[in-house]
Amino acid sequence: MSTVIQKPLDHQPPSLPPTQSVRLTINSQESHFTVAPWTTLLDALREHLDLTGTKKGCDHGQCGACTVLIDGKRINSCLTLAVMRDGADITTIEGLGTPENLSPLQQAFIDHDAFQCGYCTPGQICSAQGLLNEGKAKTEAEVRELMSGNLCRCGAYPNILSAIMEVMDKDGLIMDTKEWSAGGAKPEMDPINS
Amino acid sequence: MNSFTYARPDDITEALREKSIQVETTKFIAGGTNLLDLMKENVERPTRLIDLNRLPLSQIEELPDGSLRLGALATNADTAYHPEVQSRYPLLNQAILAGASPQLRNMATDGGNLLQRTRCYYFYDLATPCNKREPGTGCSAIGGYNRIHAILGASAECIATHPSDMCVALAALGATVQVSHPTGERSIPFEDFHRLPGNTPHLDNNLTPGELITSIDLPAKGFEKNFSYLKLRDRSSYAFALISVAAALELDGDRITDARLALGGVAHKPWRDQEAEALLIGQPATSDTFRRAAAKVVEGAQGQGSNDFKIELAKRAIVRALKQAAEMSEEVNVNVFQNSNP
Ligand SMILES: Cc1cc2nc3c(=O)[nH]c(=O)nc-3n(C[C@H](O)[C@H](O)[C@H](O)COP(=O)(O)OP(=O)(O)OC[C@H]3O[C@@H](n4cnc5c(N)ncnc54)[C@H](O)[C@@H]3O)c2cc1C
Ligand code: SF4
Ligand code: FES
Ligand code: FES
Repeated sequence: MSTVIQKPLDHQPPSLPPTQSVRLTINSQESHFTVAPWTTLLDALREHLDLTGTKKGCDHGQCGACTVLIDGKRINSCLTLAVMRDGADITTIEGLGTPENLSPLQQAFIDHDAFQCGYCTPGQICSAQGLLNEGKAKTEAEVRELMSGNLCRCGAYPNILSAIMEVMDKDGLIMDTKEWSAGGAKPEMDPINS
Repeated sequence: MNSFTYARPDDITEALREKSIQVETTKFIAGGTNLLDLMKENVERPTRLIDLNRLPLSQIEELPDGSLRLGALATNADTAYHPEVQSRYPLLNQAILAGASPQLRNMATDGGNLLQRTRCYYFYDLATPCNKREPGTGCSAIGGYNRIHAILGASAECIATHPSDMCVALAALGATVQVSHPTGERSIPFEDFHRLPGNTPHLDNNLTPGELITSIDLPAKGFEKNFSYLKLRDRSSYAFALISVAAALELDGDRITDARLALGGVAHKPWRDQEAEALLIGQPATSDTFRRAAAKVVEGAQGQGSNDFKIELAKRAIVRALKQAAEMSEEVNVNVFQNSNP
């Protein structure tokens, strides 16, 4: 039935779909670039914009290493396309603080020794920043649950937790101080959000 | 990932038109958390993506009859934390928060959640036969490793489970799915939305390829006083359910005047059992009553080898969830945060 068409395949290079232009505000800076539609936001950040602080762990939404903030909300940058985020305001680990002026979470991670190899750390810190922005966690159990999207193969969890709890405590965000146990020292402040 | 073209329409008509041009090979994308995952594995290979994110479908609003409309593009996080959902449909709030991670829930949409595909490992693995991925090739899970597979409603062609938590609560609550297609609209009762595998395991649900989910509507009755979403899994967070139970009761003193019971992780669709519900209604809220309902649910359940334990687990989980719903003890509130192992 069907007609066989003999095509000189070698002489016809496959035509790729056109690249698409994307405009993002990244760490308060406007950025314009063109990418193939299948480029994930993670690959755009790392490969096109040289922002290699954001890490690729699993590339499947299972580890949280690629966590960035979009309009203040944490997401996995490996499971979204750069073109889908055209016009978005993105904060990566590079935008949270500078070596001279670390963000409170960055400083707390250092103070609490909250990492070993450091590979999960940018994702942990961006995720913790998202957690603070959301304001849903008030107890240690809730922080643990709402940080469960970030895995740490080195098992630095107790210190990650105590770093986050310290920042929350300083901000007066902890409701149940009895539960606070991870970091050893007990927070001095009384809960203000009861 | 294969190469594809991309479009981002601003309105529903345009999205439906774009989709209709090559309806089988064009895919909608919303949060992307399931579709992109499957595209990276070459399980899904669309040639064109229609990005739904600019469509005006992310509202959550009350309708005149008291029901609550969840826009298809509302994120799972915005839905779970919406004040109306928290106060009127706490069962749904719990089910959503029991699933995935905060990052994923910030991306995942309500429409996409309904259409997420099974987590059957063979479905993901192109090197193995799978009737769902490639009809007619066989089912590797039957006689293979099937710890996460179905105990109810399976067929000789597929024993996969639907992985959603949110959908288990939606089944219990009796939601309605609103759908648009190029020539009109239709409503699909939640129980008729997902399918059993039968001899068409490649079809997960009854949506036709050209259709768009526009919203999910929750009936006015939310069972906000007595409910429980119990999710049992291999680790206490960020894992799919082995068994989950959505239980909701209406009580008059000790007597059950209305009941809802649905299970996740047991079948190709969220498994609501109205016969078991009927065994609860009119009865005292006691362990005996709950055990009778549990026995009814697993009547005819069949293990596949590695998942035999799920039959007993399902029974116990149902009794526990119903008890929690009846007593509304502290335990209900910690389900989401600290699921103990069965
Ligand atoms: C690591 C990981 C863990 C997870 N854990 C859980 C869990 O524990 N519990 C749980 O319930 N879920 C879990 N999920 C699944 C997650 O909830 C789903 O991936 C998500 O809900 C899908 O929504 P989406 O908007 O991202 O869909 P997309 O990936 O964008 O789309 C999914 C499908 O739906 C179609 N689609 C989307 N919107 C529409 C629409 N409006 N009309 C018609 N078609 C549409 C798309 O074409 C596609 O085929 C997990 C996911 C990951 C990656
Ligand atoms: S259970 Fe279904 S999805 Fe899994 S291998 Fe068998 S046919 Fe495929
Ligand atoms: S790299 Fe994105 S979640 Fe692992
Ligand atoms: S510090 Fe090594 S993975 Fe977390």
